Amino acid sequence: MAMLEIKNITVSYQGSEAVKDFSLMLDKGKICSLVGESGSGKTTVIRAVLGLLAGGGKVTKGDILFEGESLLKFSNEKWRQLRGSKISMIFQDSGAMMNPTKTVGAVFTEYIRTHEKISKRDAWEKAVGMLEKMRLPSGDNIMKSYPFRLSGGMRQRVGIAMGMTYKPELLLADEPTSALDVTTQAQIVRQMMELREEYGTSIIMVTHNLGVAAYMSDHIIVMKDGVVEDTGDRDHMLNASENDYTKKLLEAVPTLGGARYV
Amino acid sequence: MFDEKDVILEAKHITRRFPAAGGKKLTACEDVNLKLYKGKTLGLVGESGCGKSTFMKFLVALDKPDDGEIIYRGKDITKLKGEELRQLRQNIQMVFQDPAASFNPKMKVKDIICEPLLNFGKIRKKDKDAAARKYLEMVELSPDMADRYPHNMSGGQRQRVAIARAIALEPEIIIFDEATSQLDVSVQKTIIELITKLQMEKQITMGFICHDIALVSSVAHYVAVMYLGKIVEILPSEGLEKTAKHPYTRALINAVFDLNMDFSRKIESIESEPPSPLEVHKGCNFCDRCDRAMEICRREAPVLKTVGDDQMVACHLYTK
Repeated sequence: MAMLEIKNITVSYQGSEAVKDFSLMLDKGKICSLVGESGSGKTTVIRAVLGLLAGGGKVTKGDILFEGESLLKFSNEKWRQLRGSKISMIFQDSGAMMNPTKTVGAVFTEYIRTHEKISKRDAWEKAVGMLEKMRLPSGDNIMKSYPFRLSGGMRQRVGIAMGMTYKPELLLADEPTSALDVTTQAQIVRQMMELREEYGTSIIMVTHNLGVAAYMSDHIIVMKDGVVEDTGDRDHMLNASENDYTKKLLEAVPTLGGARYV
Repeated sequence: MFDEKDVILEAKHITRRFPAAGGKKLTACEDVNLKLYKGKTLGLVGESGCGKSTFMKFLVALDKPDDGEIIYRGKDITKLKGEELRQLRQNIQMVFQDPAASFNPKMKVKDIICEPLLNFGKIRKKDKDAAARKYLEMVELSPDMADRYPHNMSGGQRQRVAIARAIALEPEIIIFDEATSQLDVSVQKTIIELITKLQMEKQITMGFICHDIALVSSVAHYVAVMYLGKIVEILPSEGLEKTAKHPYTRALINAVFDLNMDFSRKIESIESEPPSPLEVHKGCNFCDRCDRAMEICRREAPVLKTVGDDQMVACHLYTK
């Protein structure tokens, strides 16, 4: 049985369909990327998986099964248990998801203490341990900082550290590297690959960077205007795809030593 | 690199320090020397906060350096004032990263494009519609968009309007500050094609700021790599993935996710983040992140030296 199975879902925002007939099977320890231009519905898909559709969005058709159970029938209480422990999400800018008036430490310990009954001190220790695992030096210092004091790469690592605290089986990443410099992007990509090796985490990643998608993923789905335009494993997508849109996207990626304009 | 007589703008010893809390100084640019050549594109790469935008702002005279001069047509543009400075704006224009933020949201596209033309008395008010249509066509947009507002356009279309505004005065130099980094790759490609086409037609000299070295190498004729306010390497862009020498340039190249790359290869990325520009090293700025750092790198800052054809590098590994 696949760990996550999305069966023919259609997602609508106030009557207009943003994603149509989307299906996906994901096994344990696999990485799948959703690529496409802005507005193609890729973020809507992963938000639907976590029940976090913005602006009154609803899954109007189809079903989402996680470990054989339908997520759409979950009660709020069950969602609460699932989110942040079995399924986690990383956002494009992890700084924006944190309360700007609280320190990273306050946010992080609050998060741990909603999932586990432990003392503040133990939660702090646990959080520092996670930050250091994510190669953030001096975890204590970071815990005492406000989010805006940290650089984009550090914030993203804090986001990953929070998301990985309970070793989720599924990690949803929404453009996790788009706001970062290339060197930092490479570090975050490496970190996400290590999560899979260490914890066997499955990842669904939304990205518009085809290079990153190709490097990380076992499976790539190309979306356009809310529908799946093309899908396949990496080799197929890069070398054998017959789809014109996929080819157009691939051609547009700047490569070193590739096509030059001048 | 290119013919010295084609130099149209030269920045000499540009230094800029911003005051920071606690009486410290933030060094955004330190002793930067760069030349722009007629009809060529200079690519400027580096991580965020390395000072690349600060430097380009001096070229457009939006800000003044603390030290150094920028020579354009025999004059130091950092000293210009009043009417002379206003007249200079005709010759040097800029395209910003976020066109939504660089337009007045209450102005229609035709007003945006024609404002510089009207300011300099190049057209009369009654010719506005015709002029707007002409420039929209030039950037491959439908002339009917002249009556739209910027918020009714997509990011790619807005960036085209920004380019139309920049070329309207027929400037000699245009600076693009991360002009494509907010766009989708397919849109980015069309914008790049447009920029390079206009350059060919009009012989415009360009400065292209970007953090993606793969993109820069395909757009620019020569590339300058900046790290913490200093130029560490200048080299021709063609084949730079092979010819780049400085360890930082190599690190930038290794961090590119390329479709032709070997996917089983481990990612080699330099560790950690760039150090704070507040604490400037006595030695080489890069030595803490460099895996080939030597003892001399901690003591003495390297200077740009010519190595081989058209290439300059500031690194102790290549000073012999």
